[in-house]
Amino acid sequence: MTNPFSIWVYLSATPLLWLALTLVAWIVADAIARACGRHPLVNPVLIAIATMGAVLIATGTPYETYFQGAQFVHFLLGPATVAIAVPLVRHRTLVLANILPMAAALLAGAVTAVVSVVAVAAAFGVPREILVSLAPKSVTAGIAMAISENLGGRPALTAVLVITTGVMGAVIVTPLMNALKIRDYAARGFAVGLTSHGIGTARAFAVDEIAGTFAGIAMGLNGVATSLVVPLLLQWL
Amino acid sequence: MIRTLTLLLVCQLAGEICSRALGLPVPGPVIGLALLAAGAMIHARITGADTSEIEKTDLGVTASALLGSLGLLFVPAGVGIVQQLPLIGGYALAIFVALLVSTVLTLLVTVYVFIFVKRALAPGASRDGGA
Repeated sequence: MTNPFSIWVYLSATPLLWLALTLVAWIVADAIARACGRHPLVNPVLIAIATMGAVLIATGTPYETYFQGAQFVHFLLGPATVAIAVPLVRHRTLVLANILPMAAALLAGAVTAVVSVVAVAAAFGVPREILVSLAPKSVTAGIAMAISENLGGRPALTAVLVITTGVMGAVIVTPLMNALKIRDYAARGFAVGLTSHGIGTARAFAVDEIAGTFAGIAMGLNGVATSLVVPLLLQWL
Repeated sequence: MIRTLTLLLVCQLAGEICSRALGLPVPGPVIGLALLAAGAMIHARITGADTSEIEKTDLGVTASALLGSLGLLFVPAGVGIVQQLPLIGGYALAIFVALLVSTVLTLLVTVYVFIFVKRALAPGASRDGGA
């Protein structure tokens, strides 16, 4: 019988362990969310991140080691974005009927997302490098990291800010829209997809398929809009 | 499953090539999304398939599997907070407040502009619109 510690030393350096643990953490987190009737405060993404973060800190595992295993999951963000074409095609009549409201909401929302976060953070005296990293926080991780890098921000920090924004929007959207008695699920989905990219889209799909479809469209459109808006607006910084 | 996953990856690859070659600000996966949507629409026109049934095709099943667990895909990047937290140090609270204010404001501006323009374009329909 081998010493359990030496098994751990071996496994903790392999991609297998961290990939398997990430998937298990997600399945448990998702089961908890389901058991709570998909309550907006019980966000599976947040639970899984907190669990894995705690495991890394408790075992003293570097993030780079963890990511060697978790990158296989991370990689699927690209094909998942392409897959949004399917609900888009399915609901295309509804999408075409809402083209003008979407264009107006995209412009207003993209500018609000960038200006408001930079303005509030700047008022607190946050340094420029972090402001640049904050600016693209409403768009999906891959796009936001590219924008941040091009303009002198820190891509790894941007990724964390993107996820934080995603979870915030996913947690807030349902209680906020219900309190305001907004029942247009196309509008609700579009708002959460624009604000909170894929995590908002995941939440929207859990609530309503129409909302999910519009969230997916908003996520894609805002990726484009924000890559145009951020460089323009940062000139005044 | 493998065929449809390949189709998604090839669309992403084509999107990535378009994005780089033409120097577009549009990210590769978003162009891939547009290519796949256009392809599915053309395919439906040629074969006479009903696009409202697309969920039942192999592509539809793969897409539902990916989109049904979309949240999982953000976990690896999110765990990066263990590495970034010490670097933002004293600014953590300011950043949290800025993100929270901006998230609420962006949700409100987006949803109200959407609804306002929709109503303005459809006079007489003063309801919230059931979607």
